[in-house]
Amino acid sequence: MAGSIRAPARSEAEAPARAGPWHEAAQRLLARRGARVALFGLALLVLLALLGPSLSPWAPESLDWQHLARAPGFAAGHWFGTDRLGRDLYVRTLSGLRLSLLISVLATLVSLLIGIAWGALAGYAGARTDALLMRTVDVLYALPYLFIVIILTTLFPRGSLAVLLVALGAVGWLTTARIVRAETLILRRRAFVTAARATGLTPLAVLTRHVVPNLLGPVLVYATLTVPQMILFESFLSFLGLGVQEPRASLGNLILVGAQEMESAAWLLLIPAGGLVLLLVCLNFLGDALRDALDPREH
Amino acid sequence: MLSYVLRRLTGLIPTLLVIVSISFMILRLAPGGPFDQEQTLAPAVRANLERLYGLDAPLPVQFGRYLSGLARGDFGPSLRQRDFTVRELIAQGLPVSLTLGLAALFLAVALGVPAGVAAALARGGAADHGITAAAALALALPSFVTGPLLALVFALHLHWLPVAGWQSGAPRYWVLPVLTLALPVAASLARLTRAALLEVLRAPYVRSARARGLSGARVLLRHALPPALLPAVSYLGPAAAFVVTGSLVVETVFGLPGSGRFLVQGAIERDYPLVMGMVIVYAVLTLILNLCADLIYGWIDPRARSV
Repeated sequence: MAGSIRAPARSEAEAPARAGPWHEAAQRLLARRGARVALFGLALLVLLALLGPSLSPWAPESLDWQHLARAPGFAAGHWFGTDRLGRDLYVRTLSGLRLSLLISVLATLVSLLIGIAWGALAGYAGARTDALLMRTVDVLYALPYLFIVIILTTLFPRGSLAVLLVALGAVGWLTTARIVRAETLILRRRAFVTAARATGLTPLAVLTRHVVPNLLGPVLVYATLTVPQMILFESFLSFLGLGVQEPRASLGNLILVGAQEMESAAWLLLIPAGGLVLLLVCLNFLGDALRDALDPREH
Repeated sequence: MLSYVLRRLTGLIPTLLVIVSISFMILRLAPGGPFDQEQTLAPAVRANLERLYGLDAPLPVQFGRYLSGLARGDFGPSLRQRDFTVRELIAQGLPVSLTLGLAALFLAVALGVPAGVAAALARGGAADHGITAAAALALALPSFVTGPLLALVFALHLHWLPVAGWQSGAPRYWVLPVLTLALPVAASLARLTRAALLEVLRAPYVRSARARGLSGARVLLRHALPPALLPAVSYLGPAAAFVVTGSLVVETVFGLPGSGRFLVQGAIERDYPLVMGMVIVYAVLTLILNLCADLIYGWIDPRARSV
């Protein structure tokens, strides 16, 4: 594992030397107004999620008995209102946003690690190992993955973030494994890999030091497309009551509470739902633009 | 064609076996049993409970029993809903869920395909921009946001429709759930149809059809549309899977007595046989709907049958 954790730094360090296509793609991406707006919106949301809660005097779980279920406004200092227990919605929405972002990014990393290890092993070992590993991926592809996640969350103490991460990561790695295997098959035949093998490096060292750093580019692009997927899964599970549990806030369980209370307190639904939609729209826009920028047919 | 159908049907069996084995193993090997949550039980009571539900036998025996039960359509007893077998619970909820899902698929096709055609024909115009923007919005909104929002607007503010409930299937109660489930699928279908039709309309054979003096409608319906529908048809499989998982949310939002509710409830209460039964049923549903989509595709495009 140590090798693959070190790998991103290596590939970034090497990037300028052979940045040609990537550099161009980045320029094409930024040339689009939509992509710039989405990038700006995303940066703003992330910044708000990180710093926003500390701008308010309230804590996500502190109760304000003076202001129960108060509508949004500036008078009471609850900018987005409070819920039925008097908890500040501004702080809860932003810390929910932070938790959702954290879970989805970490789950993407988990899926990345499994996918890279699996795909690189299959592609490099070839023959029977390859067939066995990729058959497994094919079978898992056919399974309704959300149900596997539901089964996994059934088993362990609910609300455990580690379980949520593993469950989400465990279903997200399949496509990564396929991409990595395809890239490994190409890289394996390249002269520098043969040279590395000729110097007597162990297969593991060849993989972690020479093959994996060179296939990280496309894999990282795919990973950015995985993040919104993970945000959706996380909030889906939390909405059903199987993910993040009260009193901790995530966008999913805030929307659940909002849906239950919308008759008397519509803001409890509208504000967290608006946050989630904004986040997803930005990420989707960025993902689409990224795909276009990297698509050789587009230009 | 018949042998193709049979081949595809037998191909489902290994996948199903894998699903059953994986979910059985995960559920049984995990720490924590179904009786852990209640107050500590006397050892004798606990032993009796485990004997009653067959949990005292070695794992392979339990698996064998479960499989032979499955073959007879027996999913075992529910651990939490006393006096109900899992099969009874499924039989109660499945008709509601199936109607909901199929209605949503039909509505999605009825909305999405014409919208995509209209957008492609009006390329660059106001209708095109409107439809494209609406589709992007519908795709970005998850159903657990759309559902409550629709209920907020159409039920709580405009009072046109009931907020939730079922009332033995009166149509007014169906409108919002079906719409919620159908909207994202319709949006995907519209996008796919628009893109495919634009590409086909540029093809030489469409130009030559026009050059032969055929009317615009005839060129569209006879020459351009059939091949332009293929991407939409191949999307029906993923769409079906989407509708199946989406129904979990929609049933929760609108309080429908469907089987998705049992799955969620069972997962929260750790009712293992119920969760397993539901997962198997939903997996079978997804696989069959996928197969149907493939069959429709093979029927339209004979080249696909050889695969």
